[in-house]
Amino acid sequence: MDNGFIRRELMGVYAVWWREFKVFQREKSRIVSSIVQPLMWLFLFGSGIGASVTIGSIDYRDYIYPGILAMMVLFGSVYFGLYIVWDRKLDVLKAILVAPVSRVSIFLGKVLGGCTDVILQIIVLFAVSFLFPAINPWGIPPALILLVITAIALVSLGLALGSLFQSLEGFQVISAFLIFPLFFLSGALFPITDKLPTWLQGLVKLNPLTYTVDGVRGALLGVNIFPLYIDFVAVIIFTVLMFLLGIVLFSRMK
Amino acid sequence: MAIIQTRALKKKFGKIEAVAGIDLSVEKGEIFGLLGPNGAGKSTTIGILCTIVRPSSGAAVIAGYDVAKEPAQVRRQVGIVFQDPTLDTVLTGRENLELHARLYGVSSSIRGKRIEQMLELVDLKQRANDITRTYSGGMRRRLELARGLLHRPAVLFLDEPTLGLDPQTRARLWEYIKKMARAEQTTIVLTTHYMEEAEQVCDRVGIIDHGHIIALDAPEKLKETMGGQMIVIKAEQPPLEKIRGLPYVSDVRENDGALEIITREAHRHLPKILSLVKDVHCVEIRMPTLNDVFIKLTGRDIREDTVEDFGSWVDSVARYRQRGS
Repeated sequence: MDNGFIRRELMGVYAVWWREFKVFQREKSRIVSSIVQPLMWLFLFGSGIGASVTIGSIDYRDYIYPGILAMMVLFGSVYFGLYIVWDRKLDVLKAILVAPVSRVSIFLGKVLGGCTDVILQIIVLFAVSFLFPAINPWGIPPALILLVITAIALVSLGLALGSLFQSLEGFQVISAFLIFPLFFLSGALFPITDKLPTWLQGLVKLNPLTYTVDGVRGALLGVNIFPLYIDFVAVIIFTVLMFLLGIVLFSRMK
Repeated sequence: MAIIQTRALKKKFGKIEAVAGIDLSVEKGEIFGLLGPNGAGKSTTIGILCTIVRPSSGAAVIAGYDVAKEPAQVRRQVGIVFQDPTLDTVLTGRENLELHARLYGVSSSIRGKRIEQMLELVDLKQRANDITRTYSGGMRRRLELARGLLHRPAVLFLDEPTLGLDPQTRARLWEYIKKMARAEQTTIVLTTHYMEEAEQVCDRVGIIDHGHIIALDAPEKLKETMGGQMIVIKAEQPPLEKIRGLPYVSDVRENDGALEIITREAHRHLPKILSLVKDVHCVEIRMPTLNDVFIKLTGRDIREDTVEDFGSWVDSVARYRQRGS
């Protein structure tokens, strides 16, 4: 591996990232809706339920704030990855795939592009965190790190699934059978206590997103079930697996 | 010096042999055309040469690199303009070129200058900062040409570059292709099923049918093999056999309801031939075209084949079976 090779591959990673960032900047309606949606969850759903529910001493709206952050990451990342189905349909990806850049570098560029989109969306949500009195601003840096690691996993997962599908019909299937279950079983909207039915508890503990929600909630609200290091270890293991799966499937993609 | 050399190149998709043993050599600086109906194996051949399709057997060497063993090196040596447009329609014209320059490792010191130069060559400087979604079909094609040549490839592949464009735009695009080949001194390999257009642009053509190259020469030389000019007569019940028997007639056939007679010095023999035919609707003397050569070699009109969809299906298979890097 000479220097020229590494330099060219890095330039390829940068090129793909740069393209994704340009697309992100152009699709303003997508940015707006991706930020408005979580705000609606927090202020409409959260305030509504919060009127009659508090969890421990925490206002329900504040309680679900970490969960809604995780939801943004989940939806934003997986859909970003799945979007390559559309790119391939329009042959946009074809010109990139025949360039003298390895598939791994193209994959890396895509993952970085997706994470950039998601991070920018999260930062907007963090900017309004002062509206949620229970949130400890010092918890934002560790929460952000955990969310970014989760985003890497989920963009990889989206790309992996996107590599498998030829048509957009898979979108509905993935939404119904993957994204929504991951969201509802993550404890984003309810606390994971012994009062939950055991089958539900089991599923929740198997869901990698649970550890993201728990870690972020621990960092921001000081309420958590698992120690922070367990959350980090679980999310990192999930990320490594998804990243490898993504590389394998993306490299095999026709 | 041959910049492309293939030996017994084959590609099978299941039982279909899309490329059935092609031996080809393309010289540096040449404009070479692969002609044939849809599904003849043109796109698959190009796919193999630019490392998208892995050959089943045989070998191909481009600029000294083997397509199967050194695909990464080959990719740096070639530019590709696909049959279907592959511009990024969210980006501007200039951004498309910037993206491509980075992917092909064009160093930042010359990138800007090179992009301006290419935009100028295809007359898109005025529109360079517009999103390519707003471009016309011809403009998109021109930008793809510029993109294909941006990294100074040794060979530029153009797969049906004028497909789906109106005749006027097609004519202009060929002018650009010729101009760019000269300016950049690039070898160009193109496929098309517009025979008339290929005649005007290509230094040499290979006619390909059912995965075989059935004729390979300069367009003029191929047309000379027809053995004369063509007299085309439209008439009621022309005496086909009688005309075939004439000593100076080299070939006669019926095509599309007209009688096509090949003979040398057509103007001298025309009165005698006409005296044998009753109820003549119209008469035409013309030079043979590459399409006539194709009919002579295969017994079919390339335009008939083009109507059928079977051919493009084989090419689609080829596209979907692209190989990873």
